[in-house]
Amino acid sequence: MLINPINRNTMEESNESTISRREMIVGTTAAIAAITLANVTGTQAAPHTVPLSLAKVSFTVNGQSHDLEMDTRTTLLDTLREHLHFTGTKKGCDHGQCGACTVLVNNQRINSCLSLALQHQGDTVTTIEGLGTPDKLHPMQAAFIKHDGYQCGYCTPGQICSAVAVLNEIKAGIPSHVSASLVEKPQLTNLEMRERMSGNICRCGAYSNIAEAINEVAQKQA
Amino acid sequence: MKTFTYERASIPAEATAAAARTPGAKFLAGGTNLLDLMKLEIEAPQHIIDIGKIGLNKIESTPAGGLHIGALVTNTDLAAHPIVRRDYGLLARALLAGASGQLRNKATTAGNLLQRTRCPYFYDTNQLCNKRVPGSGCAAIAGFSRQLGIIGTSTSCIATYPGDMAVAMRALDATVETVKANGAKRTLSLDQLYRLPGQTPHLETTLEKNELITSIVLPPPVGGVHIYHKVRDRSSYAFALVSVGAILKKDGTGRVAVGGIAPRPWRIESAEPLLPSGAKAFTAQLLKGARPTKENEFKLALVERTLTAVLNEAKH
Amino acid sequence: MKFETPAGINPIDQLRVIGKPTDRIEGPLKTTGTAKYAYEHNDEVSNPAYGYVVGAAIAKGRIKTIDQTKAKVAPGVLAIVTAASVGALQQGKFYVDRLLAGPEIDHYHQAVAVVVAETFEQARAAASLLKISYTKTKGVYDLAAAKDSAPISRQGQSGPLRQTNVGDFDGAFASAPVKLDETYTTPDQTHAMMEPHATIAHWDGDMLTCWCCIQQLNWGARDVATILGIPQENIRLIATFIGGGFGGKGTALSDIIAASLAAQAAGRPVKLALPRPLMMNNTIHRPATIQRIRIGATPDGTITAIGHESWSGNLPGGGVESATASTRLLYAGANRFTQLRLAVLDLAEGSAMRAPGEATGMMALEIAMDELAEKLNIDPVALRIKNDTQEDPEKPGRKFSSRKLVECLQTGAGQFGWNKRQAKPGTVREGQWLIGMGVASAIRGAPIMKSAARVRLNREGIVTVETDMTDIGTGSYTIIEQTAAEMMGVTMDKVVVKLGDSSFPTSPGSAGQWGAASATSGVYAACVKLRDAVANSLGVRVEEAEFVGGQVRGGNRSYPLGDAAKATELVAQDEMTYGTLSREYAQDAFGAHFVEVGVNSYTGEIRVRRMLAVCHAGRILNPKAARSQIIGAMTMGVGAALMEELVVDKQVGFFVNHDLAGYEVPVHADIPHQEVVLLEDLDPTMSPMKAKGIGELGIVGVAAAVANAVYNATGIRVREYPITLDKLIDKLSINA
Repeated sequence: MLINPINRNTMEESNESTISRREMIVGTTAAIAAITLANVTGTQAAPHTVPLSLAKVSFTVNGQSHDLEMDTRTTLLDTLREHLHFTGTKKGCDHGQCGACTVLVNNQRINSCLSLALQHQGDTVTTIEGLGTPDKLHPMQAAFIKHDGYQCGYCTPGQICSAVAVLNEIKAGIPSHVSASLVEKPQLTNLEMRERMSGNICRCGAYSNIAEAINEVAQKQA
Repeated sequence: MKTFTYERASIPAEATAAAARTPGAKFLAGGTNLLDLMKLEIEAPQHIIDIGKIGLNKIESTPAGGLHIGALVTNTDLAAHPIVRRDYGLLARALLAGASGQLRNKATTAGNLLQRTRCPYFYDTNQLCNKRVPGSGCAAIAGFSRQLGIIGTSTSCIATYPGDMAVAMRALDATVETVKANGAKRTLSLDQLYRLPGQTPHLETTLEKNELITSIVLPPPVGGVHIYHKVRDRSSYAFALVSVGAILKKDGTGRVAVGGIAPRPWRIESAEPLLPSGAKAFTAQLLKGARPTKENEFKLALVERTLTAVLNEAKH
Repeated sequence: MKFETPAGINPIDQLRVIGKPTDRIEGPLKTTGTAKYAYEHNDEVSNPAYGYVVGAAIAKGRIKTIDQTKAKVAPGVLAIVTAASVGALQQGKFYVDRLLAGPEIDHYHQAVAVVVAETFEQARAAASLLKISYTKTKGVYDLAAAKDSAPISRQGQSGPLRQTNVGDFDGAFASAPVKLDETYTTPDQTHAMMEPHATIAHWDGDMLTCWCCIQQLNWGARDVATILGIPQENIRLIATFIGGGFGGKGTALSDIIAASLAAQAAGRPVKLALPRPLMMNNTIHRPATIQRIRIGATPDGTITAIGHESWSGNLPGGGVESATASTRLLYAGANRFTQLRLAVLDLAEGSAMRAPGEATGMMALEIAMDELAEKLNIDPVALRIKNDTQEDPEKPGRKFSSRKLVECLQTGAGQFGWNKRQAKPGTVREGQWLIGMGVASAIRGAPIMKSAARVRLNREGIVTVETDMTDIGTGSYTIIEQTAAEMMGVTMDKVVVKLGDSSFPTSPGSAGQWGAASATSGVYAACVKLRDAVANSLGVRVEEAEFVGGQVRGGNRSYPLGDAAKATELVAQDEMTYGTLSREYAQDAFGAHFVEVGVNSYTGEIRVRRMLAVCHAGRILNPKAARSQIIGAMTMGVGAALMEELVVDKQVGFFVNHDLAGYEVPVHADIPHQEVVLLEDLDPTMSPMKAKGIGELGIVGVAAAVANAVYNATGIRVREYPITLDKLIDKLSINA
């Protein structure tokens, strides 16, 4: 699928020859789009030609590959939400301060708001929609429902993506701020999970229930 | 966010060459700080050179017995590395005290060293800030300065370096290796890397235009008890009010670097012989010449008290 | 249906569905990312343009010029909206803030322009190209400085009394053998709900449809109509899911006005969300207070005089933070005095945030009670029990409809192990940590409002409920489904609930802790009507009809419920209205909070170790959802106690820490496992549901319980919230 965020009626494609021939450079160095502006706030503006940068990127989301041509400024988060319509990934702050946009990239959790789509060439992205569906819930999703680990639901996809990753991180032996020992394998304690989940803010305050949901899944996995 | 052109580099030399060739270029590694600032137009590069896939992501032992850390090793990978956990516990602890799991997965070693201040006046482009707009003034000094610096600051800027990792690096005597566009390499200590603000707070490091950090080198392990005590209002996912990174020996000697109080990780080697005399004597020397604001003078006591806790912990 | 006399036995009392800890019905949507929030209606609105709101760069003054030269010609720009381009807008009927400013600027980050472009990236970039020059004028930003000249606030048509006097407070206080006279401060706080204010606006001729996140859609439609000067019937608001509100999305704010105007100007649907760093100064917040509390008592702990004065500030015409509300009702005492004063401040508008007035006032009153207990050498739990009252202390003879505050305190004390608390502060130590316990009472008014619903029955026996009630995380969908299932004698899977659409019958929405009790009562009324229609359709006498197990029984016969709708769908609509019971009885919800904290004796860091809430709040419609409301409120209470403060820069005139890094709210690591006990209660004076709200009760008193625990741990009394380590370390003794 080719997604082009820019209305093709209002621009011309950049000339391919302006793209560097070096293989590793996928982006254009200076794609120029001519955009004619009409009728802005009721007054006739003179037509202008202004630069716009587009670049291509390919990655996989929830098992499906996407070849995209994006405004270079587009974050992974906005690509998912506005262009691919995976709206399960939420924009809470757009500045890496809340965790609502957490997705898994190559099985690691990241804040998709602080990442350009272009940084993900060849990556494998998993969003909340890729973990499970209402008819086929992921065990973590089911546990969140059972323990009422959410209220308004807006931070929930990020919490669940993070929770899935947290259990993997503990399994992989990655220590945390609260691990008593740096060299021994971290334990599946309530304190460990709370510390590791702290990058996901829940203003409704479902933390106590979320901890129980994660614990249940952890115990089943163990 | 201003529009920019974008390219991916595949090796470091290509990145520096591209930077030299393109006006207004910036290197993009993890992006966790740069993109944040670009959204607010505090940073507005015209060209982005994505260095995320140029390698520089290995951690290797050095012939001298130290550790060579690629600039693009993520915070998570660095903290989880067996040698770091075993021999450089202070570094692992500092990394794990910072940010969140998600951010540590993306943030890189060099990017973390170069992260910019969290001063709220720097972050709000309507406010006066000499760091953001040289010569415009500083609204923080007479404003909300509880988080801000008490030492190494100037009459034009009281911003702090906000990170944790660099505090540990400073105590570990880490050095930074760089490459310039012409291929020239050099090595800097952290005190050589970070400038103090003086009247030019917009100049934060001594890196030259288009110079790229390629790695960080840790000297051989020095043993001792490694403690990183980060003090903050909430328990996690917050910048330090004060952090103390210490390596302490049984005889009471050691090294201490402090975060959250200065424009760079704050370490005064000449004060360290005072460590066996206790936190009070040492802190007095460490913070000599401090110029706190009314709102952040509590940090003077907090440094001493946190260090007291650290020294006690080291004994047990 | 009008509710005028206390409820008797009714179908809800069967408790086949109501009262069960059912999982939320929308859980599978929320946990899989398929629940759609305001900004996400991509199926309904194709090809939207993107709006970006520009906030004022100054706190007070005038716009001189807005130079649009560069922005206009920036890539993708479709329209730029300013006050100058759209003309004067009216104020809404609840918020006083002008939602698109110009030329006058009333506060920092007040919206001054909206830029519309083809993409989000283009709109954001173009917004920064607007060159706006201002003339600054001097503003007032310092509540403490404005306090002494602040008048008693204007008595509004609604809201609590601005001043109350019972008996002779001055005389009784002067002669009281034991006196407490202290001043407490609470800071400005922000809701910080996770979903930013967002709207997609779509015009079809004169008809405006907005997908939005407004908690009270009836107020929202009214205010959008008023502000834009269009008929309310031309407006449809849809808010299927709302990503948190806590009062911060009560009615129309700048997002919906900006999106609507922008969509008009661009001739396209426009989607827009407020940037997080704009929200805190642009929208509303919980105002800061200065509160003086005076309590006089006899040595046995009997309160003889209680006085509470509170000062807050707001924009001209804005409301007062009614911090004295709880003091009027919570404890006995023959001589009483309260007063609310209001200064004019040029900061963003102060308004409702979770338990407005009560949360704020109880942060102060419940520390004062702790201090009084110590002066009297009486246990803080015992002092509260001693001064319990079963009637409105301002109106002797007016009983509380139900009030088990004493039982809350006793149950909590038992379960928490309160008897292990050392009365002498600073005496329990575990390593570096000083340990302390604190308690506070909770009280929150239990208002109930007129609410309407429509219920439909089809031949398959499916009951569909429609009301404009919203679910902001409160569990509305679930308890409404439970109510309809109970009333119609079906299982929950036979009920469909449709909420959050202003074209549905009017509810009072999610606010004031009235949503659950009000909206379910409206559904009850509609279901009573539907039961009548079903009985009539089946030829069963209404008085004999029993609705059980998907069947209707009567006259020795039994019919599948759907048979009543064989010929045609049955539709019933009604509303529940209320008589005078709320005047005859004091209707409130009660609780007690118990908290244990550790304070690091070196650094002064405070960490909550244990929390327990005991609540008494009428019938609990769904214990699982109710418990979640309480733990969430307890979490917000911890934030209020320990970290939350919008810091005012009194020179520039704004909230400085206006993002989620600067304004810290609790994270996972701050919150231990939380215990909640819900005491059994039925309040027949409320409605046939016999329920009260609980969503706001849970925050009231929490911060004070934390503060009292910090005192018990350290012996240091902090009266200025939040209680941060810098307020402790000077007095904190390291020595073990």
